[in-house]
Amino acid sequence: MGVGPLHIIGNVLASDIRMATPILIAALGLLLVNEAGLLHIGVEGTMLIATLAAVAGSYYTGSVWGGLLCAIIAAGLMGLLFAFLTITLRANQTVVGVAINILGSGLSAAMNRVLFGVSTTIASIDTFKNLPIPGLSKIPVLGTAFFNQMPIVYIAFLLVPVISYFLFKTQPGLNLRAVGENPGAADTLGINVYRTRYIACVVGSMLMGVGGAFLSTGLLTFFSEEMVSGRGYIAIAAVIFGRYKPTGIMFASMIFMAGNVLANLLQVYGVGIPYYFLNMLPYILTVVALAMLGKSTMAPAAQGKPYRRG
Amino acid sequence: METKQNENIILEMRHIYKQFPGVLANADICLNVRAGEVHALLGENGAGKSTLMNQLCGLIKPTSGDIVIEGKVVHFNSARDAMAIGIGMVHQHFMLVPTMTVTENCLIGATDAGYLKLNYKQAAKRISELAEKYNLEIDPEAKVGDLAVGQRQRVEIIKALYRGAKILILDEPTSVLTPQETGELFNMIRSLTEKGFTVLFISHKLNEIKEICDRVTVLRLGRTEGTYNVAECTVNDLARLMVGRDVSFSIERKEGTEGEAMVQVRNLTLARDAHTNLLTDISFDVHAGEVFGIAGVDGNGQNELVECLTGAKHATSGTAMYEGKDLGKESTRQIMSSGVSHIPADRHKAGLILGMHLTENLILQDYYTPKFGKGALLDNRAIDTYASELIERFAIKTPSRYEYAGSLSGGNQQKVIVARELSRNPKFLIAMHPTRGLDVGAIEYIHGQIMKQRDDGAAVLLVSTELEEVMKLSDRIGVLFEGKLMGIVNPSETTVEEIGLMMGGTRLEDIRK
Repeated sequence: MGVGPLHIIGNVLASDIRMATPILIAALGLLLVNEAGLLHIGVEGTMLIATLAAVAGSYYTGSVWGGLLCAIIAAGLMGLLFAFLTITLRANQTVVGVAINILGSGLSAAMNRVLFGVSTTIASIDTFKNLPIPGLSKIPVLGTAFFNQMPIVYIAFLLVPVISYFLFKTQPGLNLRAVGENPGAADTLGINVYRTRYIACVVGSMLMGVGGAFLSTGLLTFFSEEMVSGRGYIAIAAVIFGRYKPTGIMFASMIFMAGNVLANLLQVYGVGIPYYFLNMLPYILTVVALAMLGKSTMAPAAQGKPYRRG
Repeated sequence: METKQNENIILEMRHIYKQFPGVLANADICLNVRAGEVHALLGENGAGKSTLMNQLCGLIKPTSGDIVIEGKVVHFNSARDAMAIGIGMVHQHFMLVPTMTVTENCLIGATDAGYLKLNYKQAAKRISELAEKYNLEIDPEAKVGDLAVGQRQRVEIIKALYRGAKILILDEPTSVLTPQETGELFNMIRSLTEKGFTVLFISHKLNEIKEICDRVTVLRLGRTEGTYNVAECTVNDLARLMVGRDVSFSIERKEGTEGEAMVQVRNLTLARDAHTNLLTDISFDVHAGEVFGIAGVDGNGQNELVECLTGAKHATSGTAMYEGKDLGKESTRQIMSSGVSHIPADRHKAGLILGMHLTENLILQDYYTPKFGKGALLDNRAIDTYASELIERFAIKTPSRYEYAGSLSGGNQQKVIVARELSRNPKFLIAMHPTRGLDVGAIEYIHGQIMKQRDDGAAVLLVSTELEEVMKLSDRIGVLFEGKLMGIVNPSETTVEEIGLMMGGTRLEDIRK
């Protein structure tokens, strides 16, 4: 392969897609939770727990897939906790979300020290490798961008049509949306609002866990404290900016993380902007995008409101 | 008049008890409904109607007692069970998702619509067929949020029919309709019963029960008063059964108290955005000693009009002159301190602070005046004395003046607001939905208090969606439709039909042409 502008574009795209993946999966998970009418700002904490669980799982099972499973279970448990507090006990969802973030931050750091000690050496673990799709990955430019990625990347982008179909073309999807828009109506139509919300919350959190696992065993190969570094919040922004539609969320994630790619690129080419300013780019993009969106949100009508039967 | 056991009973509720923590909502309620009849369930707020119906449609379970459908005892674990057996409920507050289409709304929770592949087209077709068969015109592809209230109700009925309902429960179905829409609804009900459906009609509007129902079961304080043939009862009989005493429906009206124009509203306009208005060119006068009623279906600009007159919103153009001031431009504090009182539409959200004591709620309008304190300090003794005085004068039933406003009954909460506002001896009283959700006794009392203000020379602006209330109290009536005044009429010279047409958007001059 030659080193020309096309080659750079291919690499930039590949890197944007890779960087967007954890945001995309977490945001799709959050979408399911939101559609059930739950306001969940604890994405960051849920992902953090999963980053550590993935590293630990990979370390002890010797397989990155074992790590992924651990991350899914850990994040699912966080989802269950969130569901219990907000659905059963009807606690304020914003407060519980904040608590999940603090818990995720503290628990992941503490567990890391328990499991791996306070040493500076990094445990060597199995991580995700690129899985080129035979044939397709040889297409110039696009091949590198789309078909020479890690397995989770493929899964993330396949989830976009899958979740889209689920939400808008299946009975459970319709029921889920009804619960988020008007739980009272759903209840009168025989839908178990509590159960629907529990399932959506746990499954959605599991997806956030996949996003977290990809951070620590895909993009990077180790756990470090606070390594999610705001990506959970960017996922929240991606759902809103993507107007609660899977495809919209996909583009939102890619636009936000293009800032990250650009920052890396500028750094490589040695533009005289300090590194720290460049690193702000994705966050600045997020703020600007949300500000442009203004008041016109498409959030489910019952989001954030606890439901009490009868 | 007690009806006998009769064959052809489709639904029976036997000795239903429902115990909530601290409240026995239903005590030994018996109900039997014949196939193909329109059976009324009559009772005041809190009589246990809703609780009983929620049990019938599977949302809650009875503490004891049996529900018998076509001779078989049934037990419902969820609304789905009740629907499966043919019970469909049209709730007072519609159970629809406004962002979805009519068809999607019918498909929510459906069990036969294809699990992983929704049969959307097939469902839309069936809805069209149902609509045609029962004269319920509706577009299956329309977004529910874009439909008018009457049409939404139709969607609810279709939704129930789509799920195979044979017994339709209509909970206060006319409370959101114009008289014409009510007429249409009654026609629908008649055509449904002709085709073999059974309708349970929940209401406290006696005239409607007389008009549409065959038999009536009266509930009072959670118990059954009895079941009667509607044809054998007068409206007064029904009222006595419902309330437990004689009720006076007329109101004493002193004539000739009307004075100068206290409030002059001229071309009042409030813009929503660059293209649409919430209020357009509203002009009317309210005279001293007059009740000026505003009728209209909820959401046609009543809120905005009152907000413009009380300083919550500032008019885009036009004026509302009161004592040389333009209410459309003043602040709420300036308006309220110049002899204007306001009974807000929503007593929980705007009328009271539920988490505060009665004493505090009673001085919300005047807490800053020297009467109740010096500087930043409140004079608690003066406040207590004042509160006790009002509680006695307005007969507010409360264990103590330190009770939280939120723990009183609806009627007593409304009395607290009325006490606070009327004790200020207003020259201009704005009363919005002053009796919404109250029982007959409390309504009587509050109507009396409003009329007393009028007789004492205050200008009263009464905004209500209860046409009966507006017709009864007002000296003149203006009708709002989509933010425009359709006309001003004198209640003695108009008819319900005429007002109904205006509520539906026809101008007075076009009606009387």
